Amino acid sequence: MTDLPLWASIPVLFFVILGPTLVLLGSWGLVTLPRFYDRLHAPALGASWGTGSVVVATIIASSAIEGRLVLAPLVVGVFIMITTPVTMMVLTRAALQRERAEGVADVPPPQPPPDEEEVKARG
Amino acid sequence: MNALLSAALIYGQIALALAAVLAMVRIIRGPRAQDRVLGLDTFYVCIMLELMMTGLRLGNPHFLVAAMIIALMSFVSSVASARFLLRGEVIE
Repeated sequence: MTDLPLWASIPVLFFVILGPTLVLLGSWGLVTLPRFYDRLHAPALGASWGTGSVVVATIIASSAIEGRLVLAPLVVGVFIMITTPVTMMVLTRAALQRERAEGVADVPPPQPPPDEEEVKARG
Repeated sequence: MNALLSAALIYGQIALALAAVLAMVRIIRGPRAQDRVLGLDTFYVCIMLELMMTGLRLGNPHFLVAAMIIALMSFVSSVASARFLLRGEVIE
């Protein structure tokens, strides 16, 4: 880390403290929450603003060092923000299907298929 | 100001390392397979951010490429594991 100007180092300081704290909170929730469907929500904290603020800090710092706008770190942030919900959806469906097949008590029942008339009325 | 900034960077790296340890606790303890997959995904995110923070601290842009590759690996491995839990096989 070379010397940053003051206008860059204050936001970098803020985002560098914010992001890892959010990731740590998300992991803490992953360990302490009681059920699987509760635990599923906790790491989203790190995947959304945890990643986002580290990416913003990297953008500000490398732009200030190189003297031009550096947007390469944005690729990582956008990629994580697109792929994490996909992973979570597939994982939740797998968990639901497994628990339904085993007949665990407190799993929500499957949704009934929609009525044909209702579908027609909705267009 | 720069001393404060390097202290904040070291704090961030320690917090991310702690987060990775907590995710590892969930991988080891996790009562079912889906908990382990969730822990693995969180672990990947922590390690990726740790690499980005290292690149920020050293001022080296090449760490960003490594972070990108780890993000890609994280997506592929988590979706493949979830798919395996869903169907019993990865590619049908």
